[in-house]
Amino acid sequence: MQESRLPGSVGIPPILKVTDLAKSYKHLTVVDRISFQVEEGEVVGLLGPNGAGKTTTIHMLLSLVKPSGGSIQIFGQELAKDREGILARMNFAAGYAALPYNLSVYENLNIFSLLYGIPDRRAKIEQLLQEFQLTRFRKQRTGALSSGEQTRVGLAKAFLNDPKLLLLDEPTASLDPSIARDLRALVRNKMRAVQGAILWTSHNMQEIERVCDRIIILKQGRIVAQGTLEQLRRQFEQDDLEEIFVALMALPEPAMEQTERPR
Amino acid sequence: MNRQHIWAVLLRNLYLVRRSQYRAFSLFYWATVELFLWGFVTLWLQDISTPDVKITLVATVIGALVFWDLFFRVQQSLTLAFLEDVWSRNMLNVFASPLRPRELVAGYILLSLLFGFISFVFVLVLAFFLYALHIWSLGYYILPFVVNLLFFGWALGFVILGFTIRYGPSVEILAWSLPVLVQPLSAVFYPVSILPPLLQKAAFFIPTMHLFEGMRAVVLEGRFDVGHVVWASLLNVAYFALAIVFFYWMLSLARRRGLLSRLVMD
Repeated sequence: MQESRLPGSVGIPPILKVTDLAKSYKHLTVVDRISFQVEEGEVVGLLGPNGAGKTTTIHMLLSLVKPSGGSIQIFGQELAKDREGILARMNFAAGYAALPYNLSVYENLNIFSLLYGIPDRRAKIEQLLQEFQLTRFRKQRTGALSSGEQTRVGLAKAFLNDPKLLLLDEPTASLDPSIARDLRALVRNKMRAVQGAILWTSHNMQEIERVCDRIIILKQGRIVAQGTLEQLRRQFEQDDLEEIFVALMALPEPAMEQTERPR
Repeated sequence: MNRQHIWAVLLRNLYLVRRSQYRAFSLFYWATVELFLWGFVTLWLQDISTPDVKITLVATVIGALVFWDLFFRVQQSLTLAFLEDVWSRNMLNVFASPLRPRELVAGYILLSLLFGFISFVFVLVLAFFLYALHIWSLGYYILPFVVNLLFFGWALGFVILGFTIRYGPSVEILAWSLPVLVQPLSAVFYPVSILPPLLQKAAFFIPTMHLFEGMRAVVLEGRFDVGHVVWASLLNVAYFALAIVFFYWMLSLARRRGLLSRLVMD
């Protein structure tokens, strides 16, 4: 069952619109002309095996990687034309992108609140420390926290600017199931409050099933399936996402192309 | 430029110095040890020197050391500020934030200026009390000397950052090895004429060689050699501009080749 899904708004331009996005390194194509969009208030899951192009896609959306082709529009503007303005209204958290381990939790949040131009920094940090149950760690070195606590600090940083678009790259990978569930709920509730959208990558099928309104499955840089969980169930005649995923990964290349369903 | 962004770059490193005793300690430790080491060498040289040489030894050896430390500290502060974010796997958070590269550059320059001068003043005071070093005997030469040292330190620092972005954390050794490589050609403690002819030609293109030669001209001959200052300044303008261009080029290359993620995943 899904955890309180949000409907995408109709008639409002998408928060994120990706058109024919591609990334190649010499002879290796990592992302192969993918197109998708994320609506206001929507949570979209990006699934795929290792090397499918999920992280490269996320990094292109953060302008950490320059696309070889295609376009990225965020908040109706070309990312390449207003990088800083767009990045100020979105945020990102990933298990592999740690915050400085030798700074305290408060210091880390303070640095990033300056970078994101938060008006009342102290109040915002206090609010996030409370919401992510980090108040007692505020003076503690971030590197001394458990991986679950560090994930919470990373997520608190991601909410400093009340982002309208949040990119989460395997955010709960290092968490135990109960903490992961609590954090998923917290992230969903906070994004609901600002009608923000989330692009969420994970290897955890249950997590994607529970949290996402729509799912995009990548394989070898291509979108091989996308839709709501119900649509995917009907299309692949399988009960759960894991079975759908396994079936898709087993398909030969030509068959995969036929399964692509642009939204 | 957004001043808050520049302040964030500065504050991140001020927090680090406050939190890490090692980082605070290293601002003073190396310079102090070198000051004692070269101080003893100078005392011995004074013992075996003629009276006319004896009076200039403190200024030429200890004075040179104090200024070399300023150059080294400026380069190190800049490079380590960047490497610190690489080591703590924070680079993606930094580059995914609204921080502009020019704000990062400005932040690093201000930071290295601050740390460089803290260390410089400390060493200067120590050298005054231990060896009666009077750097104001250099007169107006101090100004172009210091400014040029700063610019060369920044130029070298940004080249190292460019290489780190391009080749990943495995080239961090450049942060320490490159200034050491430059030191013999800089003729810090001896006249450049001591070097073999081929190295003398190579040393001409090192701004610090001109600066230390100029310093000795002031101390030993009481002469302000404008030629050395002009050459050092011209070389520094060229090197600093090239270093910034190189840094931006590597950043752009890293975005095209997806190298930034290697700064957290290597």
